[in-house]
Amino acid sequence: MSGLMKVSSNPHVRSKTTTSSIMLAVVIALLPAAGFGIYNFGLDALVLILVTVASTVLTEFVFEKICGKRITVGDYSAVVTGLLLALNLPASAPWWIGAVGGVFAILVVKMLFGGLGQNFMNPALGARCFLLISFTSIMTNFDCDAYTGATPLADLKSGMDVDILNMVIGRTAGTIGETSMVAIVIGACFLILMGVIDLRIPGCYIVSFAVFISIFGGHGLDWAYICAHLAGGGLMLGAFFMATDYVTRPITKNGQYLFGILLGVLTGIFRLFGPSAEGVSYAIIIGNLLVPLIEKITLPKAFGKGGEKV
Amino acid sequence: MSKLTFQGGIHPYDGKELSKDKPIKAVLPKGDLVYPLSQHIGAPAKPIVQKGDRVLAGQKIAEAGGFVSAPIYATVSGTVKSIEPRRVVTGDNVMSIVVENDGLYEEVGYPRLKPPEQMSREEIIERIKEAGIVGMGGAGFPTFIKLSPKEPEKIDYVIANCAECEPYLTSDYRRMIEEPEKLVKGLKVSLQLFPNARGILAVEDNKPDCVEILKKLTKDETRISVKALKTKYPQGAERQIIYAATGRAINSTMLPADAGCVVNNVDTIVAIYHAVYEGKPLMNRIVTVTGDAVADPRNFIVRIGTNYHELIEEAGGFKEEPVKIISGGPMMGFGIFDLDVPTTKTASALLCLTQDDVSRMEPSACINCGRCVEACPSRLVPSMLATYAEHYDEEEFLSHEGLECVECGCCSFVCPAKRSLTQSIKSMRKIQLAKKKK
Repeated sequence: MSGLMKVSSNPHVRSKTTTSSIMLAVVIALLPAAGFGIYNFGLDALVLILVTVASTVLTEFVFEKICGKRITVGDYSAVVTGLLLALNLPASAPWWIGAVGGVFAILVVKMLFGGLGQNFMNPALGARCFLLISFTSIMTNFDCDAYTGATPLADLKSGMDVDILNMVIGRTAGTIGETSMVAIVIGACFLILMGVIDLRIPGCYIVSFAVFISIFGGHGLDWAYICAHLAGGGLMLGAFFMATDYVTRPITKNGQYLFGILLGVLTGIFRLFGPSAEGVSYAIIIGNLLVPLIEKITLPKAFGKGGEKV
Repeated sequence: MSKLTFQGGIHPYDGKELSKDKPIKAVLPKGDLVYPLSQHIGAPAKPIVQKGDRVLAGQKIAEAGGFVSAPIYATVSGTVKSIEPRRVVTGDNVMSIVVENDGLYEEVGYPRLKPPEQMSREEIIERIKEAGIVGMGGAGFPTFIKLSPKEPEKIDYVIANCAECEPYLTSDYRRMIEEPEKLVKGLKVSLQLFPNARGILAVEDNKPDCVEILKKLTKDETRISVKALKTKYPQGAERQIIYAATGRAINSTMLPADAGCVVNNVDTIVAIYHAVYEGKPLMNRIVTVTGDAVADPRNFIVRIGTNYHELIEEAGGFKEEPVKIISGGPMMGFGIFDLDVPTTKTASALLCLTQDDVSRMEPSACINCGRCVEACPSRLVPSMLATYAEHYDEEEFLSHEGLECVECGCCSFVCPAKRSLTQSIKSMRKIQLAKKKK
């Protein structure tokens, strides 16, 4: 034994879970949806995914290099943002849409607010909404080799019949990663098993949305209608992968229930009464903005002051 | 049946297999013994010997320095070498009595006592007070004060804390396997002080053999029951064990007695047995010497004052270079930079690790994942508290119940960003508690 030992405050042991292991798990969980998107829409989808991910990672790297900050691209959070953004783009979009979106997501939504953990809005969704407003026709054009015409959700809104089985499997028009409920749920199950996410937010989101549309949707308790709404659009992707984004969801348990319910109601309002068929992105973004307030009113009670039970 | 437990907590690697199956071994100290005058909560003890005095094992060498204080006894025979500041596990220099060991281990005679069943309440408490017994689980609060609340008839439960939830520690486990009668008898004596109380031996369910032994031993004791608690850290924290065993909850402004409970850990109760049945003062304790750097990890019965170097020698020395040495368990123990410190009344373990998680892992930004919130047994939001502490935002720290933190370390353990949450909160608590005292 030589010299002095290392000392530090307790505890002296730490769990193996790290930020990068969590982010890597999210990347892996998104692969089924991405894979199905490529299978469904062809190589255009693959190119768009690669460009978008490269754009987010590069933007973070260059920004940190210029500002002389510690390089954090190794934590995979930029990869998650890039992948999520790409899955939210139509396969027919030109490559530069992915590049511009990636820069916006990382530079404007994430880095300018202080980097990882400081952004108040999900970067991928922020960028998607930016693109949706700026390049509306590109972002809402779902024509491609495999499918022409509207998304099933748009059909649903205009009162047409939809094929629910195809919607669940994902053989429909839509953005790259949102169409297949099956692929998304496989990824979500992986995250739940890994302990990365739990069902509080997705569960409350999906249930409250289903309740909302059965009350206000004009179809009553029509299971086919409810299922079509659940399988259509970005609801599954949003509920499991974007509403659960750690940084932009409430940290308190009760806050998470409230957040989930709020998203369900907002999505219902936007889908039923808004001009567009889709409403998930805007619902989550508005939910993100309310997080500080939600946390404030849902702070847990301390042990011995009423907080010992659940 | 739902398991007896609490909300939150963690499941770290427990490392108990290193030392749990080896019998306790007695260590005879060879070198000087050092007795810090502060090895308990409260006023330091006052020396009653002088340099050059010859002392015997079991002789009182320092008396209580106030009401909240405890006397200290020599544990070997020898000569008082000096009374001077010596380094202790926390890194502080504390005034200590140093005794040069003459290697004879001559003991004083102990008084013949009447059987405990015939002792009055006052006699029992006086014995415990005179024996210098303090909470040996780590807190070091004088035990006689715990045992003399204002209204003893309002105490409903006397809990023996046999959880031993700290990873690596097996001293309580070995004690329960090897000398369970002493534990049960010590608990019976404690129950004599509280006419309406029932005794609970609260054991984590990762020690089914202890549950079995204690159940067998107490099957005719109408006032004592054995409860198996869910294995989870920090099940042995005072507030958590009271809640798990009785369903009652206390906060930082309350004492266990406010919820009708008295909690003592295994070694403390065994010390009560020695004091009341055998008239012996607190002279030794069990220390787990373990970790992947130690050649022969095991439990030792150690005379208080023994140098840590000697404990490592007894455990076969180091088989690998240790990087971190901890006095106590890995969750709440003290990292020490030098082995040249004495065993005190509250030293439960000496843990030597070949790898230091803390310096190996670089802290990064909080991603708000909420793992600390899930893990916090005090039901706080550690990520927010740590940020308030780092920004020195007293108002927010206090309004978010920062003082309710028990510094168990769960939040830092689970944090994927490897933030030193416990450390930040602990520092701020120290400042706020000191301010409150003024």
